[in-house]
Amino acid sequence: MIRTLRQPAQIVPALVFPMFLLAVNSGGLRDTTDLPGFPTDSYLTFALAVPFVQGAIFSVMNTGTDLARDIETGFLNRLALTPLRGAALLSGLLAGAVALGLLQAATYLTVGLVAGAELTTGFAGALVLVALSVSITVAFGTLGLFAALRSGSGEAVQSLFPVFFVFLFISAMALPLDLIQTDWFRAVATANPVTYLLEAFRSLLFEGWDLGALALGFGIALAVLAVGMTAATGALKTRMVRT
Amino acid sequence: MATTGQGGSGIEVEGLVREFKNGPRAVDGIDLQVAAGEIYGFLGPNGAGKSTTVLMLTTLLPPTAGTARVAGFDIVAEGPLVRSSIGAALQEAALDPLLSAREHMRLQTALHGLGKGERQARGQELLERVGLSQAADRRVGGYSGGMKRRLDLALALAHRPRILFLDEPTTGLDIQSRTALWEEVSRLAVDEGVTVFLTTQYLEEADALAGRVGIIDHGRIVAEGTPAALKAEIGRPTVEAVPQEPADRDRLAAVLERFGASAAASPRAAAARLDGGESQLAEVVRALDSEGIAIETLQLHTPSLDDVFLAKTGRSLEGAGDAEEPGAEAEAVGAT
Repeated sequence: MIRTLRQPAQIVPALVFPMFLLAVNSGGLRDTTDLPGFPTDSYLTFALAVPFVQGAIFSVMNTGTDLARDIETGFLNRLALTPLRGAALLSGLLAGAVALGLLQAATYLTVGLVAGAELTTGFAGALVLVALSVSITVAFGTLGLFAALRSGSGEAVQSLFPVFFVFLFISAMALPLDLIQTDWFRAVATANPVTYLLEAFRSLLFEGWDLGALALGFGIALAVLAVGMTAATGALKTRMVRT
Repeated sequence: MATTGQGGSGIEVEGLVREFKNGPRAVDGIDLQVAAGEIYGFLGPNGAGKSTTVLMLTTLLPPTAGTARVAGFDIVAEGPLVRSSIGAALQEAALDPLLSAREHMRLQTALHGLGKGERQARGQELLERVGLSQAADRRVGGYSGGMKRRLDLALALAHRPRILFLDEPTTGLDIQSRTALWEEVSRLAVDEGVTVFLTTQYLEEADALAGRVGIIDHGRIVAEGTPAALKAEIGRPTVEAVPQEPADRDRLAAVLERFGASAAASPRAAAARLDGGESQLAEVVRALDSEGIAIETLQLHTPSLDDVFLAKTGRSLEGAGDAEEPGAEAEAVGAT
């Protein structure tokens, strides 16, 4: 956690870049709310869900790059010579993702609300929103750990960034699912789990308490966490070859 | 805290082999014994198998064949017990550039299970011992190579190990930093009885530090003994002289041959191995003077560990290195 907070080069882009995209999208697509059936009259509120997922994508890079550096410098060797267990090592590395997730969620929400976004579910909704954001950030962070352990290279981890961004763009990022007119795009967005992460955030922002959407959002985060942690633990065993 | 098994604080290795996929045997059946409190120098060029051996003995790389006991514990069956008995500073100083020396020490002592009260005292003691107490709160990313190496050594000692593995600890350091590290390693062995297994490609390091030296080449130990015994084994000192007048070279060679068999020399010089050892040098000078041969330079070469390496392998240690040890980096934990 300490070292995450000591790297402005990791923190600043993760805070600024999603806010910049939010400003561009909510300004440029403002008239989209005129479409019949659009669920809110504030495109800013609709688009505010996106930074939370973008922030989680940054977590893949940050946790992965940190661990890859540990491998490259031999710091992981030092840890391997101590009685530290693999699961404890991975959890320690994810503590940085928790810190970054909290900071990101607080920043995005504050900036969004100051800019005029709604939060229908109030203070309780804000807490759930932050919890969801941190869950996704940590879950995505495990994918970064896995990539680092498999490749041992910070560059390889960073090359994943565009791949994850593609998943964001082929989701219901810009429009609700039912307003996407192009059949193939709607089919892809429907199959894309990122869509349901966005819908969970949107439910808190402007739809009110939707337990189904929230369960799906948290469920996807949990599933990614389980898959990522299992894969990272397996990769750590291979990487941390100690008798 | 460090523990030791029935074998005490020594190292016993029998037929240790490490073979990498699609590669040669990086370590090809080595046998060695290091007694408690001894400094053992493992000397060889790059790619000889030194680091692979250290990775196996520190449990970071499973051997393909053979056995080894470190501090009395089997490196394969009793890995955790081996790790609790040893400290290791591997080839690159394994530090996080974002953390300070004090934070490294806190983390290391905590991971080794030292009590909360003891952590701070032990950390401070070690930082003072390696001369880093003034810089302890600075991030190590800004440290010099020597400071990083000293911190690496201090971290390896955090849990008071009885055996210390140092993999090329002074590579890339200036002579001042190197000497300071040598003094600390000697002190550990002499004052605290720590067993030190030291790999190096520096002849003078093995000569200055090690009680015994094992010379490794292509994964095999080609010679082993005290530096003095190894040097004595390969022969006598050589005297080499260059005459002021090139025409005197043959006469010079004839004079030198009175004291021993001729030896290889530079084109303008003549050389001979002194049958009677270094003490004959004065007689050589008197003989040259009485023959009226004016001398431009006269040098006495005592055998070095490089001569030992040359005698055993047919190559000089300087520049004898292969590429990196095959697979060692890939298969261990980012093995350095």
